[in-house]
Amino acid sequence: MNLAAKDIRHNVGRFLLTTIGIGMLLMVVMGMGGIYRGIVEDATMLVDEVGADLWVVQRDTRGPFAEISRVPSNMVHRVAAVPGVKDAREFLFHTIQREHRGRALRIAILGLSWPTDKGGWVELTEGRALTQSHFEMIADQSLGLRLGERIKLGKENYEVVGITKSMISAAGDGLAFFTVADAQAIQFDTPGEAVRLERAAREIRGANSELGAKLPVLLEQASKSNAEIPALAPPRISAVMASIEAGVNPEEVIANMSGWSDVSVFTRQGQRELLLKGSVEKVKKQIGLFRVLLTIIAAIIMALILYTLTLDKIHTIALLKLIGAPNSRILGLIMQESLFIGVLGYGIAYLLGQRIFPNFPRRVILTNDDLLQLGVIVIVISVLASFLGIWKALRVSPNEALS
Amino acid sequence: MNDSLAIATEGLSKIYGSGNTEVVAMQDASLQVKHGEVVALLGPSGSGKSTFLTAVGLINPPTAGQVIINGELVMDGPRAMTSLRRFRRREIGYVFQKSNLIPFLTAVENVQIVMEINGVGAGAGRRRAMELLDELGVRDRAANLPSMLSGGQQQRVAVARALANQPSIILADEPTAALDSGRGRQVMDLFAQVAHEHGAGVIVVTHDHRALDVFDSLYEMEDGLIKRSEHPA
Repeated sequence: MNLAAKDIRHNVGRFLLTTIGIGMLLMVVMGMGGIYRGIVEDATMLVDEVGADLWVVQRDTRGPFAEISRVPSNMVHRVAAVPGVKDAREFLFHTIQREHRGRALRIAILGLSWPTDKGGWVELTEGRALTQSHFEMIADQSLGLRLGERIKLGKENYEVVGITKSMISAAGDGLAFFTVADAQAIQFDTPGEAVRLERAAREIRGANSELGAKLPVLLEQASKSNAEIPALAPPRISAVMASIEAGVNPEEVIANMSGWSDVSVFTRQGQRELLLKGSVEKVKKQIGLFRVLLTIIAAIIMALILYTLTLDKIHTIALLKLIGAPNSRILGLIMQESLFIGVLGYGIAYLLGQRIFPNFPRRVILTNDDLLQLGVIVIVISVLASFLGIWKALRVSPNEALS
Repeated sequence: MNDSLAIATEGLSKIYGSGNTEVVAMQDASLQVKHGEVVALLGPSGSGKSTFLTAVGLINPPTAGQVIINGELVMDGPRAMTSLRRFRRREIGYVFQKSNLIPFLTAVENVQIVMEINGVGAGAGRRRAMELLDELGVRDRAANLPSMLSGGQQQRVAVARALANQPSIILADEPTAALDSGRGRQVMDLFAQVAHEHGAGVIVVTHDHRALDVFDSLYEMEDGLIKRSEHPA
């Protein structure tokens, strides 16, 4: 006769409420682990998805994700010419925040190296990749933009032609893919008045300099657009991504570029480590500590619940002792109830999490390893939590059955 | 009734506290009950009857004196001479003023559990439990939880539980207090029947003077002392 099962059946409402409470607590513990996994996944997703073997960034920076990096656009041609490099692409990445439909819209903008990269590698849930060099974009569904919708960024309108799912930046902002030219136009968009003021300032600077006096033709150039003035550098990009030919050791290619004093080169793994050892590591520690605290709290709450349930059964335990029940039978009753609460609570946590976590603003990823680890922790907690109740039960005298 | 002793106590005493707070609940209490004998222990509240019963029942150890059950020295003063829990399980059946049933077990399960603890298989235990409930007139309530039974029905289930392992001694503390006179009489008759048919030694602590005729011997307890009493005329 299983006394624990009989007791639970007799007090089913109370046990269910208790188990749901424990389940919700475990769901938070589970969610913490999932949030951490989501942050790691989001941080490294772009590096993994883009699939570049090497990242060429501004010298002595940890760009383009961990910090800002700026390299000239023509860097892509220099990299492409290095022996062992199969192809090189421009990479532009920055985040903007605009008002859209009355709410703040944060977009992580990623420039695709048109026409070599039209976003064919981007996994789409709807729509298509870019088919023209301007005014098209692919947006992640977390941005809330619809297929075919037009959004004004800078001076231009861009049409959403493709939708992705779970393409998030390390900061948790939804990604939008544009051509590099459009991404630069959005990044370096300057109001007309500012352009006019800058051109006037150029003329004044030129008129006041000796060079302007000697070469008046320079002053005539001052009123032209940046793109028409050869002396001004074209807009910069964040990094250059390179793919390496099959069979070539990336370290050899890096060695070939080691003489370039204006750039640093990272492998894909190096870029991942930069991301994970930077801001993500702090988040990892923060969430890890919070998770440990929650686990301890869950253990304490479970122990108190088990202790209270044991107190409610003191008379029954005394009676069992009186009729000669061995301690193992009484301890089994408490331990089984503890495990029942723990295991069922875990199941409730999992089921609730499956429904609730997808609605979180950032991804919550439950991996099998994490679930298994938490399952083992729950069993250990259940056993430990029952010790307080068992300690109390062992101290009960059969005499108490008569009181 | 045969001449072998089911229970023998020698000079049992129980003292609570010490010094100024010392309370003597029982002193030099000696009593012998043969197999098949039904003994009533009478006396006013606070006279030490329950203390005596819990000492004999191996629940509350005496301060001094000996408890001998079936010829085996079980308690020598506060010292246990054997595994008390095993002894309680095999040799003693208890019935209390309150039925003391396990609230989450049905009537039949409450009887069955004591046999299961004693190593009786589930099938055999259930059959015997049903037989006992039938004998006590509560077979039709076998599947009910204690909360669904009347006080009398609960007490009869408690009696069935006490009899389940065919113990050599049965200790009952005010077993009829919650019953009407008819049911009380039935329970007392049942104790007498169990004692005479199964050879158990039975001690019943009672205030109920209406059914004293069923007892083979009467004892009275006052201020912690036991003395033999005569059947009322």
